[in-house]
Amino acid sequence: MSFTGKSPWIMHYDASSCNGCDIEVLACLTPLYDVERFGVINTGNPKHADILLITGSVNEQNIDVVKSIYAQMPEPKVVAAIGVCATSGGIFQECYNVKGGIDKVIPVDVYVPGCAVRPEALIDAVVGAIGLLEKKRAAMKAAAAAGGK
Amino acid sequence: MSIAGAIAFIILAPVAGAILAGIDRKLTARVQRRVGPPILQPFYDVMKLFAKQGFAVNRFQGYYAFCFLLFTAIAGAIFFSGGDILLTIFVLTTGAIFLVLGAYAPDSPYSNIGAERELLQMMAYEPALLIAAMCFYLATGSFQSAEIASWHREPLLYLVPGAFLGFLFVLTIKLRKSPFDLSTSHHAHQELVKGLTTEFSGPTLALVEIAHWYENILLIGFVYLFFAGFSPSIAIIGTALVYLIEIFVDNLYARLTWQITVKSSWMIAGALAAVNLLVLGAMRGMP
Repeated sequence: MSFTGKSPWIMHYDASSCNGCDIEVLACLTPLYDVERFGVINTGNPKHADILLITGSVNEQNIDVVKSIYAQMPEPKVVAAIGVCATSGGIFQECYNVKGGIDKVIPVDVYVPGCAVRPEALIDAVVGAIGLLEKKRAAMKAAAAAGGK
Repeated sequence: MSIAGAIAFIILAPVAGAILAGIDRKLTARVQRRVGPPILQPFYDVMKLFAKQGFAVNRFQGYYAFCFLLFTAIAGAIFFSGGDILLTIFVLTTGAIFLVLGAYAPDSPYSNIGAERELLQMMAYEPALLIAAMCFYLATGSFQSAEIASWHREPLLYLVPGAFLGFLFVLTIKLRKSPFDLSTSHHAHQELVKGLTTEFSGPTLALVEIAHWYENILLIGFVYLFFAGFSPSIAIIGTALVYLIEIFVDNLYARLTWQITVKSSWMIAGALAAVNLLVLGAMRGMP
């Protein structure tokens, strides 16, 4: 039995969001939505996190920051791009300093469009991410078994 | 000394500690009008952490985490086998020092500040803890936990009320609960990221978590000693009430600074326990 999906700890990073999606991310932790029901903890520490939620588009200033956070997360890990800016750059994609969606810098597993994202969509994204976490965990195990032979 | 008590502690304490942590999180959620995680959530968390990739910042970190677990488990084993409570406190402190070393090992500012704060916390709780143990000795004539637990002349709480209040005060620090959760805490920890445990991840973090479960059960055992002399059912209810109060205090108070923590725990908890010690000493006719 795998426990990977039963305790998805999230880490939230604001790449260059307008704060609309960030407020919705935090709204998920409030008594109304209470994602801790599913074992979700907002860790604020990449080394403890399983799911990276990124809001806003990547800009030239924080490319390295996003890469560094991603590199510090232990496997298995899942990245979710939250909001239309994170998925594609949104209305900011033509800006001179905006690189575009998060997938321009690190691999993204879950895309959640919306401006701003609804908390229900966010919970749906986390549940989708849990499925991917389980798959990645199984792949890790298989790779370890193959490496051990 | 009984080996059975030690073995039972080593095997059962993590289970009891996990369930206790689960009840803690559930109650906290209910206080905040949330549904809250399942009771077994801390267990799921640790199992998940063991399944994660092992990130070692350096080669000492995992060793320190393991030593923290080992010494905490030994401290509990000494206590629950009916052994010396002074020795229990010293071994527990040794374990805590290994956790501090583990947090000092990586060159990370958050982790290092967490380690410094943990040392300050130790400085804050240590006097009251030791004086409480001395009060037990003056009251019962023994440092052995088995003899203190089977003390029947009168309820021990009547003899050591000051030490009990002092112990309650520092118990909040030891359980890492607000308002004294300076070095690390289970929630609202964004100030220092995760403080002491920032650089622990995956399996090493799981070891630290299990050590905390051992520690919590050991402290609950200490609380039980204060109720020795009452009937066991009253003692268990009293111990449960103490833990309940700790959970409510955790939810009611915001974090304090380390200055207030050290000052108040010496001036209130330390003083209460010391006065108790002096009064007991006078009663027993000691200089």
